[in-house]
Amino acid sequence: MLETIDLSLVNWSRAQFALTAMYHWIFVPLTLGLSFIIAFMETLYVKTGDPEWKKITKFWMILFGVNFAIGVATGIILEFEFGTNWSNYSWFVGDIFGAPLAIEGILAFFMESTFIAIMFFGWNKVSKKVHLTATWLTAIGANLSALWILVANAWMQYPVGMEFNPLTARNEMVNFWSVLFSPVAVDKFLHTTSSGFVLAAIFVIGISAWFMLKKREIAFARKSMMVAAIFGLLSSVYVAFTGDTSARHIATTQPMKFAAFEGLYNGSEGAGLIALGVMSTTDTDPSNENLMDFNMKIEIPNILSYMAYMDWNAFVPGVNDLVRGNAKYGIMSAAEKTERGKHAILKLKEFKEAKASGDVTKAEMLKAEFTSPDFRENYFRYFGYGYIADPNLLVPSVPLSFYSFHIMVGFGFYFIVFFILVLVYLVKGTLERRRGFLRLAIWTIPMVYIASQAGWIVAEVGRQPWVIQDLMPTVAAVTKISTSAVQVTFWMFAVIFTTLLIAEIKIMLRQIKTGPKTDGGHRNV
Amino acid sequence: MGKHTLYRIWRFYVEGFRDMSGWGKQVWIIILVKLFILFVVLKLFFFPNFLNTNFDTDEQRSEQVLENLTNIK
Repeated sequence: MLETIDLSLVNWSRAQFALTAMYHWIFVPLTLGLSFIIAFMETLYVKTGDPEWKKITKFWMILFGVNFAIGVATGIILEFEFGTNWSNYSWFVGDIFGAPLAIEGILAFFMESTFIAIMFFGWNKVSKKVHLTATWLTAIGANLSALWILVANAWMQYPVGMEFNPLTARNEMVNFWSVLFSPVAVDKFLHTTSSGFVLAAIFVIGISAWFMLKKREIAFARKSMMVAAIFGLLSSVYVAFTGDTSARHIATTQPMKFAAFEGLYNGSEGAGLIALGVMSTTDTDPSNENLMDFNMKIEIPNILSYMAYMDWNAFVPGVNDLVRGNAKYGIMSAAEKTERGKHAILKLKEFKEAKASGDVTKAEMLKAEFTSPDFRENYFRYFGYGYIADPNLLVPSVPLSFYSFHIMVGFGFYFIVFFILVLVYLVKGTLERRRGFLRLAIWTIPMVYIASQAGWIVAEVGRQPWVIQDLMPTVAAVTKISTSAVQVTFWMFAVIFTTLLIAEIKIMLRQIKTGPKTDGGHRNV
Repeated sequence: MGKHTLYRIWRFYVEGFRDMSGWGKQVWIIILVKLFILFVVLKLFFFPNFLNTNFDTDEQRSEQVLENLTNIK
């Protein structure tokens, strides 16, 4: 089957998954962050009894509601794609992917649906405290449901807590807690959700800036900005912290991804961090179009070694070290990993044949081999490499990884400065007069969306060709269906998602232009 | 949970939808159209579960995946 897989099928299936995941991720981070901002605002209303805070809460709740409604269920398409386009993968991952997704579905349905209903329909029907509790539980529920999908994603990047069963061709979970609390899962959850908080804080500040520029609702805008800027500043510092720990884990668990997003071709001791760089379009290695040199770079010596291993002089492997191997530093070559992977696949094939021929003794012996620590550590660990025909296919797109990573980090530091400036200007009472800064605040909204998407590109493009790190590449995961069928659904999704996005923007703009309303009489938001 | 409580919950939702503002009704139309497209049109006609559709038992499915995973050069 793999011998006849068309690479264009793999690429179209990947493109379709990327399209749906990235569109889905337009809606999600705002939900994650805005739900907490609304909860803070409503808490201030309940604490102070000031009706202005109720007005503020209800306005942002409308924008939250529009975003939630348009975005809800867009992620379900990804699950459809697993079953149709990635059937080998979805079978191979077994209950490891299924369990977190099932919990996510139950949580999303019960927690979010129930408490969102109270949030929107419950004004004047339940007590202030019950309403506030529902708002907080909506925020917590939304973020908890994100936890499970992120745990599943983290497992794909760092598969732990499972054993492969050759009889069922599935990975079976043996330790739920290892899956849930793997360092990659913890980092991914904290980094991703807190980046959503940053996005939402900038969304609130940007829209409030628009009101200030229009000289409308100044008190509303100032109060909204104050809450968002404090929340945003704390979140953006936390994003930097979790990003740092995440990079350290990636250096160990996904060294190729680390080398790619740092643009490090040849490893070295005391490796420098390229703070800024422009990649050349000239290939340094004609056999691999991904490898390009830098036309210009600003490098800070030793920082990369410290960032990766907390040691200024540590050796950081580059792309070439990981492909060719480096005996001095104990790095196995891709060729050796491929041989080991092929050996594991061969054992699986022998098992399949023994089972088919009714040779129970041999089948049992081979099955036992898959559970032996030696086989797992030295062969099954490299299972996916057995499908890699060319070692260069192990290198993700270095330019795309490098630029995405640097855009994400660059914007991340800008956001910290931005939040500090918003707070300083608010405290000094000069923000309304700084019209240039207010315009910048509006333009920071698209910047944070770009940074957010760039983060996913780093995570997902950087791990190519792996669907499951070292165990399953995309070429082995894909279902052999017609490429044209994938192309048709790709364009259908493009149209559906673009329509949804336009609808969201139009409804939101109309609500923003209408502005916050004083709470006179009852009307559900 | 008594009948009275269930009735109150029912009324809560009914009144909530009845008193919904214009934008709320608009997004509900979008939600319903979207769910119809996703679960009826896309799921039924474009995204059948490959293994569930083509094989009857888990044993057949695992054999198919084993065949796919081991058929390499």
